Amino acid sequence: MVKLPESDLDRVFAALVDPTRRAILARLEREDSVSVTELARPFAIKLPAVMKHLDVLSDAGLIARSKTGRTVAVRLVPAPMEEAMNWLRRYERFWSASLDRLTAYAEAEERVAVARENDA
Amino acid sequence: MTSLTIVRRIAARPSIVFDALTTPEGIACWWGPDDGPVLLAETDLRVGGRFKVRFRMLDGSEHESSGEYLEVDRPVRLAMSWRWTGGGEPEEAGEESRVEIDLRPIETGTELTFTHARLKSEASRISHEEGWNGALDKLVRHFTVI
Repeated sequence: MVKLPESDLDRVFAALVDPTRRAILARLEREDSVSVTELARPFAIKLPAVMKHLDVLSDAGLIARSKTGRTVAVRLVPAPMEEAMNWLRRYERFWSASLDRLTAYAEAEERVAVARENDA
Repeated sequence: MTSLTIVRRIAARPSIVFDALTTPEGIACWWGPDDGPVLLAETDLRVGGRFKVRFRMLDGSEHESSGEYLEVDRPVRLAMSWRWTGGGEPEEAGEESRVEIDLRPIETGTELTFTHARLKSEASRISHEEGWNGALDKLVRHFTVI
């Protein structure tokens, strides 16, 4: 069900753990393409630190960078995130649906048990 | 470590919920992500005993999960190792994960806390910080409309 190799999934999750990197992704979600300088502006960290975060995001395949003259533009690459979320959701769907039916089954069994106790 | 936690309140006493979780008859009635049938359910309910459940989904695909009971404390707690297997082979690479279920008696019946832990090393921290339906979901919703 999951197309990405295990190691790629790990890289995606590792990249998403950091709040600064998530903030960068959230901004790229709103704006198609943003320069590195502009991306760094809201953060209280220096440009080299932002560049390191961008390297991590880029290694995970979550962003792409392109250079025009002296400006480096960054944009979102949605596929790896989608794959990672599908992976997580597979488990969530499985258990959520299973526990719904477990609840219905146990509650029916409880009604049978109560009826039996009342008869006794 | 990655974990998924789901809490459910069930209008049934803990012993009934526990038996629903652990008997083949019970498992046959609820196990699986959709209304497809459970094809096989085996449980050897003791510490070190194994379980195996095979089910068919509505799309026709068959899946099997198996593992070992690690803690058996009827009717309050159950822990087991977990692995997807298809035709006896692991369906997914990586280590075994772990399922833990705690049953707490409440006035209306049972509060069930379900945890699927050790899914993946990093994703748990995300789920703790954001919740499974948190900010990341918003990103995903955006991606799916692209």
